Amino acid sequence: MEKFVKHEGLVAPLDRANVDTDQIIPKQFLKSIKRTGFGPNLFDEWRYLDEGYPGQDNDARPKNPDFVLNQPVYQGATILLARRNFGCGSSREHAPWALMDFGFRAVIAPSFADIFYNNCFKNGLLPIVLSEEQMEELFQAEAANPGLRLTVDLEAQQVRTPDGKAYDFDIDEFRKHCLLNGLDEIGLTLQEADTIRAYEERRRAREPWVFAEHVNH
Amino acid sequence: MAGKTLYDKLWDAHLVAQREDGSALIYIDRHIIHEVTSPQAFEGLRLAGRQPWRTGAAVATIDHNVPTTPFKSAADITDETSRIQVQTLQDNTREFGITEFGIGDVRQGIVHVMAPEQGAVVPGMTVVCGDSHTSTNGALACLAHGIGTSEVEHVLATQTLVAKKMKNMQVKVEGDLGPGVTAKDVVLHIIGVIGTAGGTGHAIEFAGSAIRSLSMEGRMTVCNMAIEAGARAGMVAVDDITVDYVKGRPMAPTGEQWAQAEAYWRTLVSDDDARFDTVVEIDAADIRPQVSWGTSPEMVVAVDASLPDPQAESDEVKRSGMLRAYEYMGLKPGIKVGDIPVDRVFIGSCTNSRIEDLRAAADVAKGRKKADSVKQVLVVPGSGLVKKQAEQEGLDKIFIEAGFEWREPGCSMCLAMNPDRLQPGEHCASTSNRNFEGRQGNGGRTHLVSPAMAAAAAVAGHFVDVRELG
Ligand code: SF4
Repeated sequence: MEKFVKHEGLVAPLDRANVDTDQIIPKQFLKSIKRTGFGPNLFDEWRYLDEGYPGQDNDARPKNPDFVLNQPVYQGATILLARRNFGCGSSREHAPWALMDFGFRAVIAPSFADIFYNNCFKNGLLPIVLSEEQMEELFQAEAANPGLRLTVDLEAQQVRTPDGKAYDFDIDEFRKHCLLNGLDEIGLTLQEADTIRAYEERRRAREPWVFAEHVNH
Repeated sequence: MAGKTLYDKLWDAHLVAQREDGSALIYIDRHIIHEVTSPQAFEGLRLAGRQPWRTGAAVATIDHNVPTTPFKSAADITDETSRIQVQTLQDNTREFGITEFGIGDVRQGIVHVMAPEQGAVVPGMTVVCGDSHTSTNGALACLAHGIGTSEVEHVLATQTLVAKKMKNMQVKVEGDLGPGVTAKDVVLHIIGVIGTAGGTGHAIEFAGSAIRSLSMEGRMTVCNMAIEAGARAGMVAVDDITVDYVKGRPMAPTGEQWAQAEAYWRTLVSDDDARFDTVVEIDAADIRPQVSWGTSPEMVVAVDASLPDPQAESDEVKRSGMLRAYEYMGLKPGIKVGDIPVDRVFIGSCTNSRIEDLRAAADVAKGRKKADSVKQVLVVPGSGLVKKQAEQEGLDKIFIEAGFEWREPGCSMCLAMNPDRLQPGEHCASTSNRNFEGRQGNGGRTHLVSPAMAAAAAVAGHFVDVRELG
């Protein structure tokens, strides 16, 4: 997994609540069996004026000039400002894959849907929760100064503006540790293989039916 | 010491290790796999040279991509990318020795319909699937929730998940449900009350006499949409209805193990003195048949109501969401729900495609005809077995006589990954769970309703109160 330690980048504001995973990456693109290549279809229905389907030449498609990510000032954005309940809906990990593939490294919002939040960490995308008031400040700071850049410092658990304002954020110890070091979670868990086996033995004695093998025919 | 909630009990029973940093390793009993969210996980296993920890824990089927018109093999799927996913799942399950209910198998169906039906899920289990509606299985007093693809790989490789305990929430619905009010109306009403983020960070236990009175199918409908209320997991405690449902299912325990299992399952209820972090109480008498009007499941009203006025909403973020929804849906505040025309109807999805749902729709459709203005009514059973049962009961004939289409099992127009979809601007009365923009086809407008309400809309050509159909 990609490490995340500290990141400085251009901010893009997505000023709507309840942005769901169908909007982040519409279902027709879930048919891929890869983890990459979703970036051009991030927010597809908002970004383009025509209907998207896999395998299109996205550069040739008509773009919606009003959509924030199509505006010249936000080209190269890596930090997304969002509103409450970002990433609600399905469990598709294609959502963080698409955000990462597009170039985002962090999403800052007052709240996230649980599964989306969790999925971000598996991919080196940092979801940051700030209060509604703090988010409002950031949205306003950005509106007053489009092209705003922010620094996200995971080690210090801080988001900083160029004029020195700092916002502290909370994050789980374990998740922070994995992100800072780009750790492979499966490898870490397998170090506890003996504990898992011992647990299975206890359960098997108590609930043998859980471990029954069912043959498919 | 305070007693334990059902969720506390399930959590404790599956705790493999509690780590110092607050995270925990929990054991996963049942892993359900479908074609959309698994290819990258199997690929990850291969790249790392890892093997599945316990193949017997996994069951796979195809649902999202399958056409709902008859087909015999993967080669008959005309959409190339869909065909590749279906084929890839078949290849992966064969390579790793995982059971798959594939093409042509009567057990094939929507993951969340297939698993309980097979007894692959029994009370007391932890159940995961790379699909957010895995919460459906919580109806069987399981800790069941959706996971992302990286976690699918983690579960395949280790049979565990790294997790953090959620908070406990109880949604208590007391009283008797009125005639024509179904499980779907109950859960839509709940979401209307607590909002789509109301359950975020929580596991919800649905309780109270109205929930107890629901059949297993109904409880599954309610738990299915826990995720639409923001909660990864929803659940209902064990009672006779649960035990009776599981008994005799193909993968359920038998003989001596059955007795042992039943005795344990009976303990899977919240203790009387258990403490919940959040309690929401709802009076069943307040629940009327529901229709969603907007682009989020919380934008829902009773069928006899008018659409809400955004200017009366004090929360600015909510207000702007409502305005955007009105624009997308092509509707205006103040109009009556009954004045919304319906272009297509979809009866199906993991929320409402079980036998009871089809019976409720058929009850309304019987002896009636689809309105001419309605272009299409799709009825898509949740699994091959549901289809078979419905045909034995003659429901297929009722639907066909009413001008509805009777299809093969799958997700179908719930998310339009297969050829079933809405055209831009069309309004659809749908028994599915998400009314997001474009969910049922680019520009399509979804209204979430119960199966009976969907059938009634098909007959009337607009939404009608099923209680007034007579
Ligand atoms: S029926 Fe719809 S919600 Fe259910 S699993 Fe299929 S696509 Fe997902």
